[in-house]
Amino acid sequence: MVHEQIRDILSSHGRLATDVASLQNDSDLYEAGLTSLITVNLLLAIEDHFDVEFPDDLLSRRTFQSIDALAEAVEGLVP
Amino acid sequence: MEAAASFSDPIDFDALKRAVNELGRSVVAPASKAVDDEARFPHEAFDALKGEKLLSAYVPVQYGGMGLSMSQICGLCEILGHHCASTAMVFAMHQIQVACIVHNGGTSTFFQNYMRRIVDEQLLLASATTELGVGGDLTSSLCAVETEGERFTLEKKAPVISYGQEADAILVTARRNPDAQNSDQVHVLVEKDATELEPLAGWDTLGFRGTCSLGFVLKAAGHVEQILPEPFADILAHSMHPYSHMTWGSLWLGLATDAVNIARDSVRKKMLASPGTPPPSALRLAEVDEVLFEMRSGLYATMEEYQEMLDRGNTDAFSNFGFSIRVNNVKITCSELVVDIVGKALLIVGISGYKNDSKSSLSRHLRDAYGAALMVNNDRIRGYNSAMQVIVRQG
Repeated sequence: MVHEQIRDILSSHGRLATDVASLQNDSDLYEAGLTSLITVNLLLAIEDHFDVEFPDDLLSRRTFQSIDALAEAVEGLVP
Repeated sequence: MEAAASFSDPIDFDALKRAVNELGRSVVAPASKAVDDEARFPHEAFDALKGEKLLSAYVPVQYGGMGLSMSQICGLCEILGHHCASTAMVFAMHQIQVACIVHNGGTSTFFQNYMRRIVDEQLLLASATTELGVGGDLTSSLCAVETEGERFTLEKKAPVISYGQEADAILVTARRNPDAQNSDQVHVLVEKDATELEPLAGWDTLGFRGTCSLGFVLKAAGHVEQILPEPFADILAHSMHPYSHMTWGSLWLGLATDAVNIARDSVRKKMLASPGTPPPSALRLAEVDEVLFEMRSGLYATMEEYQEMLDRGNTDAFSNFGFSIRVNNVKITCSELVVDIVGKALLIVGISGYKNDSKSSLSRHLRDAYGAALMVNNDRIRGYNSAMQVIVRQG
């Protein structure tokens, strides 16, 4: 469920060079073309959509490494 | 192990600092004018640094190096910055490459052996990160590693490879393979005898003339084991980005401190000449020292944070966005304060500081200082910080 919503956000805000549908949940998003600046838009959209705030210790490359990693972070924040 | 010579014991770091300072006074500073005038590589300095085995100062003791810490390397950069900023910059850039290998090549037999070679042969390492067509964006490459069996070839149009012609090896960024995205990069060590450098652009600049940062088309071949095992993005976050800004900030601090020392000498002379009436420049000296204090404080605080992270070895922490902003802040503030400080020192010293041929000339200091904000342009860094500011949370 969270995975699907993240995929939708990634499609509309990720601006990846790779088609999101072709990515596995554990595919490396940086290898798929995610840059640090796109990360910002992605994070803002995810925080807005799930109504969560990512704490400082989650604000690192690893959180954005894959759809799985993003979903894990979101699931840890949603009450 | 005969390496590491007399300074193998970390307790000797104060002695090492004194030795490097002496080497700076007796070898580096006397050559600095010719290096600057002729825009040539500081050979005398590097022969002396190699003689003290300082090119392997950051190589861990287990491979025969001195095993100095990042902050200790920064301390040496600061000392060299007093004597010749070009020499200090080449030394810093070399140590950055060594750090990339030390922190990201330790699991590879090739790089373990290469670290031993850095010690035994005092190899000088250069860097080719920027590329024509991607601007100064280190996180993006156009060129790609092309592999056939266990061999690779690589061709890169690099607008800048500092001291490329003097280096024994160059660490080059490139896409992992011809199908990889621009951001999917690896870090490859190419050796001099398997690398061709075809000049693209010269290096007749205002300052930092001795870094010889010419542009080249680099064509290299090698064995796939020369590719560092970690992705370049991780190497950048863990080693290259923070290590660069800490060492650069340190040598700029050395440059700025030397300018303030020249200003202090000038005030002392004026006070000796007319005892009883402090010259107006005494107030200016106090003021410029405040700026120097500010520069040093920001640098040392972040250096301490980075050193603690290296000591703890928590790899996730290095790619924290807040940390990368603080590292960038060091770069931006130090590179701008160094210009401010040298300018203020010049006001204190006056015309003799403005002269090229006086003992208290600040000409080279001033010209070098202006380069700091341009090497990795401050506005590019601010652009990154301005985006990241939106998402980080402090306190």
